[in-house]
Amino acid sequence: MIGSIAALLVLQLIGTIVIRLTGIPLPGPVVGMLLLFVYLLWRGATPKPFERTAQGLLQNLALLFVPAGVGIIAHLHAVADQWIALSVTIVASATITLVVTAATLHWLLKWRRPDGEWE
Amino acid sequence: MSITRIWVYLAEQPLLWLALTVGVFWLAKQFYFAVRQFPLLNPVLVSVAAIVALLAATGTPYDEYFQGAQFVNFLLGPATVALAVPLASQIDTLKRALLPLSIALAVGSLTGILSTLAIGWALGIDGQMLLSLLPRSITTPIAMGVSDQIGGSPQLTAVFVILTGILGAAFGLPLLGALRLRDPIAGGFALGVASHGIGTARAFEYNQQAGAFSGLAMGLNGTLTAILVPLIVWLFGLY
Repeated sequence: MIGSIAALLVLQLIGTIVIRLTGIPLPGPVVGMLLLFVYLLWRGATPKPFERTAQGLLQNLALLFVPAGVGIIAHLHAVADQWIALSVTIVASATITLVVTAATLHWLLKWRRPDGEWE
Repeated sequence: MSITRIWVYLAEQPLLWLALTVGVFWLAKQFYFAVRQFPLLNPVLVSVAAIVALLAATGTPYDEYFQGAQFVNFLLGPATVALAVPLASQIDTLKRALLPLSIALAVGSLTGILSTLAIGWALGIDGQMLLSLLPRSITTPIAMGVSDQIGGSPQLTAVFVILTGILGAAFGLPLLGALRLRDPIAGGFALGVASHGIGTARAFEYNQQAGAFSGLAMGLNGTLTAILVPLIVWLFGLY
């Protein structure tokens, strides 16, 4: 487990360094994820302990957003003036985006499924 | 030692708020399962509300809370790197569905930006507030960068991003279920496009495959939206 955590931290560190050096406008951990993805494909299989650590983190991903959530909600007064228009915009647009994306992909996958080309 | 003095001592330690963050979330999760995953009682929403109330009741500033909570917040970095693991396990599906995924990404990304622009504008939101809304579907660090670049307010954008995420996490799956769109690939991918990491967290609770495609969608849409928002702002002459 320690090895897996060390690997994740080192990849995040490398990602952060790459961002600093190149000025790519992405967060360091996203670059770390890409590097790990390429490595895992090259290696062919994910080592078991590594898989367990990743799963443990990702199963509890929701917890990790709580501190940021608290910070944001504590600053809600900044949008108090227009809160109705803003809430309606966010709710309506998020709903449309979710449904349109899911329906598009669902339909495209189903469309080609009979000849087995797309899963 | 009186209760007040124990409180004063503990409140100065990062441990108190760290333990409370994890403990409150654990309780919220037990509660969520007890009410059969009733969407409005989503654990992130309940934990955030409970902790905000606790901070207000004790007069604790956010910075002091974050002294403890930062240890939880920090894990977002390694967790993001770890998203590569479920994704790599889906490589076969990923290869076969490359074209549908790319089309869905482009459609979803444009829908997110343009529907926000159209509805916000129709409801009379304009100027910096409207600009700050545009990148709200993507992960906080990228969204704040985009907001800054187009003349929005990164702080306001962060508020909209988190609200969007909690909304998607709470109501996304029930909505997709009602529309019979709840298959792990399409549903997971849509959760990632529409509500970034918080949606992805919910997708992982649903199943591994949904989580994998949600994480992929979150990363890709973060990048695509960062490119499209400045373009759209320029096309509509908003900046």
